[in-house]
Amino acid sequence: MLKQCEGSQAVAEAVALCRPEVICAYPITPQTHIVEGLASLVKSGALSPCEYINVESEFAAMSVAIGASAAGARAYTATASQGILYMAEAVYNASGLGLPIVMTVGNRSIGAPINIWNDHTDSMALRDAGWIQLFAESNQEAVDLHIQAFKLAEELSMPVMVCMDGFILTHAYERVDVPTQEQVDAFLPRYVPRQSVDPDDPVTIGAMVGPEAFMEVRYLAHAKQMEALELIPQMAEEFRRVFGRSSGGLVRPYRCEDAETIVCALGSVNGTIQDVVDEMREAGVKIGSVSLCSFRPFPSAALGKVLGHASRVITIEKSLSVGIGGNVSHNLRMSLPGRDTKVYTVIAGLGGRAVTKASLRRTFEAAIRGTLDPLSFMDLNVKAVERQLEREKAARRTGPAAEAILRDLGPTVGASASTTTHGPAAGAAH
Amino acid sequence: MTSPLPIKFYQTGTFTVGNRLLDVSVRSVQSDSQRNNSLNSGHRACQGCGEALGARYALDAAMRAVNGRLVVANATGCLEVFSTPYPESSWRVAWLHSLFANAAAVGTGMAAAMKVKGRTDVRVIAQGGDGGTVDIGFACLSGMFERNDDVLYICYDNEAYMNTGVQRSSATPAGARTATTPAVGEAPGNVMNQGKNVPLIAMAHFIPYVATASVADLRDLETKVDKAMRVHGARYLHVHVPCPLGWGCDTGDTIKVARLAAESGLYPIFEAEYGEITGRRMIRKRVPVDEYLKLQSRFSHLFKTTEGRARVAQIQAIADRNIARFGLVPEGAPA
Amino acid sequence: MNKPFAITLDIGTSLVNKTGTWRTERPVYVDRLPPCNNACPAGENIQQWLFHAEEGNYEAAWREIMKNNPLPAVMGRVCYHPCEDCCNRAKLDSAVGIHAVERFLGDLAIAQGWNVKAEKPSTGKRVLVVGAGPSGLACAYHLALLGHSVTVHEAGPAPGGMMRFGIPKYRLPREVLDAEVKRIADLGVTFCYNRKVEDLDALMKAERYDAVFLAVGAHLAKRAYIPAGDASKIMDALQLLRGVEAGEQPMLGRRVLVYGGGNTAMDVARSAKRLGAAEAIVVYRRTREKMPAHDFEVQEAMDEGVMFKWLTTITAEKDGEFTVEKMRLDEKGKPQPTGEFETMKADSCVLALGQDVDMSFLKQVKGLTVTDGVVEVGPDMMTGCKGVFAGGDMVPAERTVTVAVGHGKKAARYIDGYLRGATYQAPPKHEVASFDLLNTWYYSDAPATVQPALDAARRTESFDEVVGGLDQSNALFEARRCLSCGNCFECDNCFGVCPDNAVIKLGPGKRFKFNYDYCKGCGMCSTECPCGAIRMEPENI
Repeated sequence: MLKQCEGSQAVAEAVALCRPEVICAYPITPQTHIVEGLASLVKSGALSPCEYINVESEFAAMSVAIGASAAGARAYTATASQGILYMAEAVYNASGLGLPIVMTVGNRSIGAPINIWNDHTDSMALRDAGWIQLFAESNQEAVDLHIQAFKLAEELSMPVMVCMDGFILTHAYERVDVPTQEQVDAFLPRYVPRQSVDPDDPVTIGAMVGPEAFMEVRYLAHAKQMEALELIPQMAEEFRRVFGRSSGGLVRPYRCEDAETIVCALGSVNGTIQDVVDEMREAGVKIGSVSLCSFRPFPSAALGKVLGHASRVITIEKSLSVGIGGNVSHNLRMSLPGRDTKVYTVIAGLGGRAVTKASLRRTFEAAIRGTLDPLSFMDLNVKAVERQLEREKAARRTGPAAEAILRDLGPTVGASASTTTHGPAAGAAH
Repeated sequence: MTSPLPIKFYQTGTFTVGNRLLDVSVRSVQSDSQRNNSLNSGHRACQGCGEALGARYALDAAMRAVNGRLVVANATGCLEVFSTPYPESSWRVAWLHSLFANAAAVGTGMAAAMKVKGRTDVRVIAQGGDGGTVDIGFACLSGMFERNDDVLYICYDNEAYMNTGVQRSSATPAGARTATTPAVGEAPGNVMNQGKNVPLIAMAHFIPYVATASVADLRDLETKVDKAMRVHGARYLHVHVPCPLGWGCDTGDTIKVARLAAESGLYPIFEAEYGEITGRRMIRKRVPVDEYLKLQSRFSHLFKTTEGRARVAQIQAIADRNIARFGLVPEGAPA
Repeated sequence: MNKPFAITLDIGTSLVNKTGTWRTERPVYVDRLPPCNNACPAGENIQQWLFHAEEGNYEAAWREIMKNNPLPAVMGRVCYHPCEDCCNRAKLDSAVGIHAVERFLGDLAIAQGWNVKAEKPSTGKRVLVVGAGPSGLACAYHLALLGHSVTVHEAGPAPGGMMRFGIPKYRLPREVLDAEVKRIADLGVTFCYNRKVEDLDALMKAERYDAVFLAVGAHLAKRAYIPAGDASKIMDALQLLRGVEAGEQPMLGRRVLVYGGGNTAMDVARSAKRLGAAEAIVVYRRTREKMPAHDFEVQEAMDEGVMFKWLTTITAEKDGEFTVEKMRLDEKGKPQPTGEFETMKADSCVLALGQDVDMSFLKQVKGLTVTDGVVEVGPDMMTGCKGVFAGGDMVPAERTVTVAVGHGKKAARYIDGYLRGATYQAPPKHEVASFDLLNTWYYSDAPATVQPALDAARRTESFDEVVGGLDQSNALFEARRCLSCGNCFECDNCFGVCPDNAVIKLGPGKRFKFNYDYCKGCGMCSTECPCGAIRMEPENI
């Protein structure tokens, strides 16, 4: 059914259509509207049977989901930012135990400094946790990925994280086609756990495994994600057959056929990138883009095929691997074995900074000209950081950097950094 | 000729594990040769492990109470490590270990799953040591209580982090030596505090049932487990389980030490319903705390100096306060 | 279930891990000798029959007693129960009233008509028992059970010896004694009364006996020389008690002195009260603490109004006035004369100063030696004369019914061995289960049942039995007070407290065994065993 609604509401409805049996909820911006939507559906009886549990932390949210999933119930939770870090231990545990939990991550930065806006630092922090990570480009894809996620998770006995950009998707009102219950039921079978805690067939789950078998356990987790590389496209195809539209899959190339330059990114920024690609194509530039829908497993082969003929690849990354640069580019290089394709890592949109078409176009053109640094920070206020670096060179106790930069920037963000003066805290340090 | 009289327990009363004079139906679970042995032989607990014993006592009783319809969530700790090193498990119940801090929450999840599946006959126990309960697992525990989830949480309290090599927990008693409260300096051993009393905190959640028990009193423990399993909602059982290794007592003295803890008043045994104390196990043969402390090398430094003796007096005061507070000796009994 | 590798395990699989290899000490079940059994002169397995009684299995309990003692109803009344003196329970609250339970079982057996049968086939051997006192009766009983043909020659007109002619009826009703003797006769033992043996050798040859057990007792009263104006005012205790037994009414008068401090003196003083004496005064040369009479007998006598004059000897009588001398105890506790005299008025004086053995016919028995008025026997109860055994009051030992019964049993076993051409080997004794081996925490507090006592005022007027018996409820109570010192009573503690489930329960009556595959040797079973029946032994590593 087509409707104009908030992304979170659409996801809440999609999750409900998947008939989750236990939902663990803990509020954290920007995923809160999803669990609020589900709360209404459970409370009103629209989603039944379902246990909706208001837990006391994200750690408990994942833990309750672990218990529920292990006991044979389809379990769902949602989180973001600090929340996913707070539950980090349990995130690893869920995958280690092979529990097909589905979790929405409303992607948001991680403090300090505290910041509620969108980037991918949170999901990236848990990229090695053994979960499948799918990134939605749009609210429609967010809806569709959740439906696929439950099926994927349960088929593989592996948890799936559906990542959608905070605010940009979660709070955006868009037209969304929410499927019918019949469609979802036809696509998603009842949950039959691979193993469960059950007095009728008691087993010991969660043994202590020493050096003699730990490597093998880890290898098997990896092998299973490699299996997912086969399964994800199959599932996307099956989804297309049942629902009549394409969603998901490993990679989604856009105008890449003859592209010499290919831009690669995760999530909603792909929409903006595609607009820029269209504009530059009109200008005769052989450019295309590819949306990485699956970040874990990382689709090296599929991506390699897309990037095969390109001479340069630009990654637009909403997370910074501090001390080296890009997470995506780092992974992407594995798809280009033995090629001399130039890879540009562009860190963009951290902490919710707008990623504009203009900036993107400027960046792509610089890359094509060969003037872009291998690692660059899009729209970085270079003056502000240079002033701070100078201050720090001059004295050790300069006070908090963020506050100092804010002072530098003055009352209007983006105003001339050079017009501000030192605040008392910074002054006291001199 | 059989006696026409009701059985009286003159010989060993209900203090021994079994009593051949009792009707089979009222004998203890542990005296039954067909008991479940929920924690099987071959586990790697140290010699004389109170926790291994307490866990078998409690789970066997629970298995009988719920006719085997039981699932268990277990926190990380000695109990988990010594029972499930790959490729062998000692458990004879449906059992899951997730993390150190989340047993109560995992229990909540299991209970929710059973409820949503309509399997209301399957009951849930979450269990852990004192570290996993009163320290790191406390938030999940309190959350489970507050929501009144249908879980019995059992804490096996051996008063320190034993699995990692005897470090202090907030259940470590006043003055005790641990690896992180060494018996050196001007204030040797643990701080002279009262510790974190989780049973009382549990009561403050006004949950249906809270009780303390000890491996030294099997019948009391079994009765409490049985009672807990007949109630729904959040329930808490705190079981005192001496650790010969960590406490520095003889491996054969585990139960004796636990008994002296109760008889000295240092470990009050009581039960409460909806926040009100409804029962207490009276002290049978009151002993000064010295008798309890002296069996354990973790307290030996207290008996070497005058300052130490003063600390023993403080510990005695804690015991006396417990006795007064919980009414553990009959009115008018000699102090 | 398709189980994930390594993370998920099958339940109960740790059985492959044999933790028994950790052990440096191993627990072993032991049987220790309970102090009651150790103290019983008759060698009863008291603990074992209490075990049966605890379950209310009274017949099994009684049969257990009968293995060692044919006179439970008698013994329950007259034994001075040394078992209770050393009962470990006394250190907890008070001793188990073993004698009271024994009496209950004995009485119940009589009421129910329970009997015993000889289990061994007839040997064709003939044994003569001389004397139908407790020792002779016990010996005859055991020999009969062992398949021998037994004839008892008794000088008196009825069986029982001192039980009949020394112990007053109010302590031992005669129908009880008769019932238990009849049970022995029913085994085929021949009793010949009024048959005093004069020539043992001739009798044995004439009646072809293969062995003989002498148990003639000590019936000659010891006399003290008291110059008396009227000798009829002074009589001896046995004379008096025998007379009472025969239905005579001795003329004791209003005020009677009883001279002596033993149990017989108590019997006499209490009998005197029953025969009409207004005052019975026990005169004894030492203090109450030094009296050989058992404390409870002294107490019962006092309850009945018997008076005592301590530290006093009787030196002379004239015209109903007895001259007595005050004594004092020296540093060794021996009485010494003080030279201070006084007089006591009394109508009569009964001497209760002990008894001697009548040696007249024994002098002819070849090889038999007599020292200090008693017959010497070896550890096998045989006298210096081959095939002639002796026991009871006539051999050197404490003179009690129970010792006599024990002699009878012991002699019977050696006689049996002798008749079979072998030597009876007594089984070795276990180590005694002392109090410190027990974990008394497990025993509930339960004071001893006090046997109902006849109202003191009423009982002095008749020879009715003074101390009543237990009924079923309190007999059970009393039996269950037994701590089962040193012997497993299947309390399941070891089975329960083992953290490694390394104790195997073998079922009712079969006790337990250790599973050394898993026992880590922590020792908890041993510490928590209430009765001290588990010992830790070092492993050979």
